[in-house]
Amino acid sequence: MPDKKKFDRDSISNTLIMAIGLSLVCSVLVASAAIILKPTQLRNQEEYRQRIILEVAGLMQPGGDIAALFAAVQTDRVRIASGEDVEIYLAKDGDELQQIILPISGPGLWSTMRGYLAVAPDGNTVMGIRFYEHGETPGLGDQVDKASWRDLWVGKHIYGDDGTPRIKVIKGFVRRDASNPDAIHEIDGLSGATLTGNGVTKLVRYWTGPEGFGPYLESYR
Amino acid sequence: MSEIRKVLIDPLIDNNPITLQMLGICSALAVTTSLLPALLMCIALTSVTALSSAAISMIRHRIPNNIRIIVHMTIIASLVIMTDQLLRAYAFETSKQLSVFVGLIITNCIVLGRAEAFAMKNPVGLSFLDGLGNGLGYSLILISVATVRELFGAGTLFGYPIFELTRNGGWYPANGLMLLPPSAFFIIGLFIWVIRSWRSKQAEPADYQIHEVHRTDVY
Repeated sequence: MPDKKKFDRDSISNTLIMAIGLSLVCSVLVASAAIILKPTQLRNQEEYRQRIILEVAGLMQPGGDIAALFAAVQTDRVRIASGEDVEIYLAKDGDELQQIILPISGPGLWSTMRGYLAVAPDGNTVMGIRFYEHGETPGLGDQVDKASWRDLWVGKHIYGDDGTPRIKVIKGFVRRDASNPDAIHEIDGLSGATLTGNGVTKLVRYWTGPEGFGPYLESYR
Repeated sequence: MSEIRKVLIDPLIDNNPITLQMLGICSALAVTTSLLPALLMCIALTSVTALSSAAISMIRHRIPNNIRIIVHMTIIASLVIMTDQLLRAYAFETSKQLSVFVGLIITNCIVLGRAEAFAMKNPVGLSFLDGLGNGLGYSLILISVATVRELFGAGTLFGYPIFELTRNGGWYPANGLMLLPPSAFFIIGLFIWVIRSWRSKQAEPADYQIHEVHRTDVY
């Protein structure tokens, strides 16, 4: 500042210059960071998505090369009720089908949750579930991606005897005795995350129902 | 020289942003369950504090008084967004664990506090070092808390097993409390106690002296 006394930093003109100038400089910096880093971020996301598919199918080996492992998973397309073609994945051991991996998505409490559901070749038994993208409450709803909860899904049956999706995240613990014939369809709730749990129930039922992969899975049953 | 030492070293113990100024506690509770996210959070916060202090100091003679907080916030927010983008590109896994807390650096009182209290009145180099020092003071506490929590909560450090857990056939039963946010409160409280016993100058006088009252005094 050559002449500090004369310079009035509180003048309207300086306030405007500073406000506009700073916004411009900052927006250019933020925008360039976002654009320059975008390819790397997208690559990370894609790799993460592939890893989730491998993990939900139980094919992930620690330290394994994701791209190589993923290449072994067969990609297929299924037309759903809306006429849309959706990409699904088939994990095979040789020629024998091991698991059908279906993309699932839907609203949780705050966000659209996206993930994968692995179903056994009987078209009914859950082999695994994972969410790779969600914005649920940290510490409460984000437990949907906690290993101990995901493990509760394994072995549950999606469909009731009448062929409609019966699978459900309940409140509290599932009664595992003879008085509860629905135990095979029920998953323990997450305390503090009832609404997220309801969202999971709805989206799994939607995607396994007539509007989703219901007809496709029925061909296996 | 002594001034440089002072702005850089003072915030480590004598004027620590967490244990003395009681700032930035919320992220200290949230990201300290394990060391790796804590370390990443420290690097993120330290760079944001140092760079924002330097940037604000650089234009301090031109910042109009009535919009100065907005100017600070704009600079801090831009730096935080850039940090977040960098983490997503180069530390994707850990950035997922840090979830909202990198974004919340914007509202971290340490950053704005240093901008307002120091960078507005001091030259660029010194402001940068002051930001760096405060970031390191924050990091010192975060890393210590995270070490205690990860070691006793999960028996690991940076994910490498140190204590063999009973659930894996070892001798150490994991302390689940250590993985919950309240444990960070206790640990930070203990740190404050230790530091104030050691540097008794930091202990504040009691606001209110509790007297022993005898029945006869009342009547």
